[in-house]
Amino acid sequence: MQPFMTHTGMVAPLDRVNVDTDQMVPKQFLKALTREGFGRILFYDWRYLPGEKPNPEFVLNFPRYKGASVLLARANFGCGSSREHAPWGVKDYGFRVIIAPSYADIFYNNCFKNGILPATLTEEQVEELFQRNEKAEGYSLTVNLPNQTIADKHGLMFKFEIAPSRKEVLLKGLDDIGTSMQHAAAIDSYEKAHTATATMFDPVDVKYYSNGR
Amino acid sequence: MPPKTLYQKIWDNHVVWEEPGQPALIYIDRHLIHEGTSPQAFAGLRSEGRKVRRPDLSFAVMDHSVPTTSRTLPILDNDAKLQFDALEKNCREFGVRLFDMNSRNQGIVHIIGPELGITQPGQTIVCGDSHTSTHGAFGTLAFGIGTSEVEHVLATQCLGQSRSKTLHILVHGKRPKGVTAKDIILAIIGKIGIGGGTGHVAEYGGEAIRALSMDGRMTVCNMTIEGGARAGMVAPDETTFAYLEGRAFVPRGKAFQEAVERWKQLRTDDGARFDMTVELHAEQLAPQVTWGTNPGMVTSVTARVPDPHDFKDLNDQKATESALKYMGLKPGTPIMDIPVDRVFIGSCTNSRLDDLRAAAHLVAGKHVAKNIKQALIVPGSRGIKSQAEKEGLDKIFTEAGFEWRDAGCSMCIGMNADVLPPHERSASTSNRNFEGRQGKDSRTHLVSPVMAAAAAIAGHFVDVREFDVAHVE
Repeated sequence: MQPFMTHTGMVAPLDRVNVDTDQMVPKQFLKALTREGFGRILFYDWRYLPGEKPNPEFVLNFPRYKGASVLLARANFGCGSSREHAPWGVKDYGFRVIIAPSYADIFYNNCFKNGILPATLTEEQVEELFQRNEKAEGYSLTVNLPNQTIADKHGLMFKFEIAPSRKEVLLKGLDDIGTSMQHAAAIDSYEKAHTATATMFDPVDVKYYSNGR
Repeated sequence: MPPKTLYQKIWDNHVVWEEPGQPALIYIDRHLIHEGTSPQAFAGLRSEGRKVRRPDLSFAVMDHSVPTTSRTLPILDNDAKLQFDALEKNCREFGVRLFDMNSRNQGIVHIIGPELGITQPGQTIVCGDSHTSTHGAFGTLAFGIGTSEVEHVLATQCLGQSRSKTLHILVHGKRPKGVTAKDIILAIIGKIGIGGGTGHVAEYGGEAIRALSMDGRMTVCNMTIEGGARAGMVAPDETTFAYLEGRAFVPRGKAFQEAVERWKQLRTDDGARFDMTVELHAEQLAPQVTWGTNPGMVTSVTARVPDPHDFKDLNDQKATESALKYMGLKPGTPIMDIPVDRVFIGSCTNSRLDDLRAAAHLVAGKHVAKNIKQALIVPGSRGIKSQAEKEGLDKIFTEAGFEWRDAGCSMCIGMNADVLPPHERSASTSNRNFEGRQGKDSRTHLVSPVMAAAAAIAGHFVDVREFDVAHVE
């Protein structure tokens, strides 16, 4: 995964609380077999009118936010479904940072699997950023992960909190599976001690279990 | 030893590796898989040359996109067909048990886990689906994960996790007639808000929870995620053990008795501390109906659609205004004056036998109202369907003007042909009323199965307490 150190980019505001993952990637796009191409359909029902004509009233379609890479959002961002298609869409659209007062747990977790930094600021700090962004076209922020700071060009500087282990994952672009596999011996001994099995006592109508133990 | 919560006990039993400041590696006892969130995970394994570590602990089923009409016809939706083919190929290649759409045991992943006894107390259970919280009804730690984590569990049978905070939700007293498990959980979400449980694992207790059947407890745990908590659990008791005995994957005879003795230890110790406690009184609850575009936008059936100005917070005012616009509702409208176009009884929230029995009891000898364009009954599994048919429930429903369908996620998520058309209004027993959830521009009102059945008969929302609702769970 691509490591994350610092990022400077233009801010796009999404002024809604409780944005759910059904809005980010609606169900009709959950039939894909790959992780690619979800940027085009991110926020599909808000972003497009019938015939996939861009909806001029949706904020990401405003010409001033073209090319934005920092998404400024409200509380409980990413609630609802566990679909990782949502952060795939956020990333593929071009966002590398989300700034919000809070996130839903599963979405927050999924961001780290995809090299997206979901930075958490207080409600007041987020409100301040919404106001500054509204006033200045082309408003941009520099997000520094090692120092845990978010700064603009006019002297504003906020510190954000992030768990040290989460920070490390992004800084190093760690592959979770590879990291966990370093503990193969611990997994082996856990299995020996616990002998977890799923024994079938009554036949059920099920296929494919030939390669298993 | 200091007293522990049920969550702490299950957590401690599953730690494979831990180091201060790092997420612990916890062991996963059951990994449930469906066609929607798994193809990219299997593709990832393949590209890295990795195997499924424990195919015997992995169970796959087709549920999200399956047709609920005849399964003998070709699948017309090519994208869905490609997903079914991919799941079939992946399960064959990696040796994972698969319940395909023609299996007699096929059903919604969170329905068949408990139904077949794959779900057992004390386990850790994950699935690439947020409603995995359902399995917590058995005293398991069960939660939804993303596709990258699906791949991680396939490869390692473990997951990196940090301890959650704990939330105790106590529902005291007895439920009034006509108030169901669905009304309890909707009322809880209404109280704590849809982000209220974020960062927590919830444990439910109190007389009203203890009195629920397993079907009812599953409804409560299922919608825990709609209150922001990733997992919800109920400590196992005699109700749990009676439900499990004799199911396909549950040990028999002496082994069962030994398991029960172990399962009895799975309770929160007296004096254990929770990070947060929420209390409700079941006697005070009325049947619930959502009026907005998230499950926390909910009120009693006897109430009215709120006014944005009822809310103090500016963000809440804006959200209410936008929700009412989307839902086509005016502030102050009595909930019972809202007409309904379609009725959906189904989903991993409310498609179990108790739900179908209660709904059938209510509609027996009656007929759906003229303004209802469609009333769907979608059993959660083919096992439930078959049992319901033995009990004659299918005939009661079809004679009352409902359609009796095959098992799947159906109109809860609308990934198959069961879609709620634009601007139409549903009374739905599912779990999410987000914009576009049941179909683009569709308007969802979440209710209990008996409330949905009553709305089908009346053509608008009614107070089910005025109907005959004996045996309601």
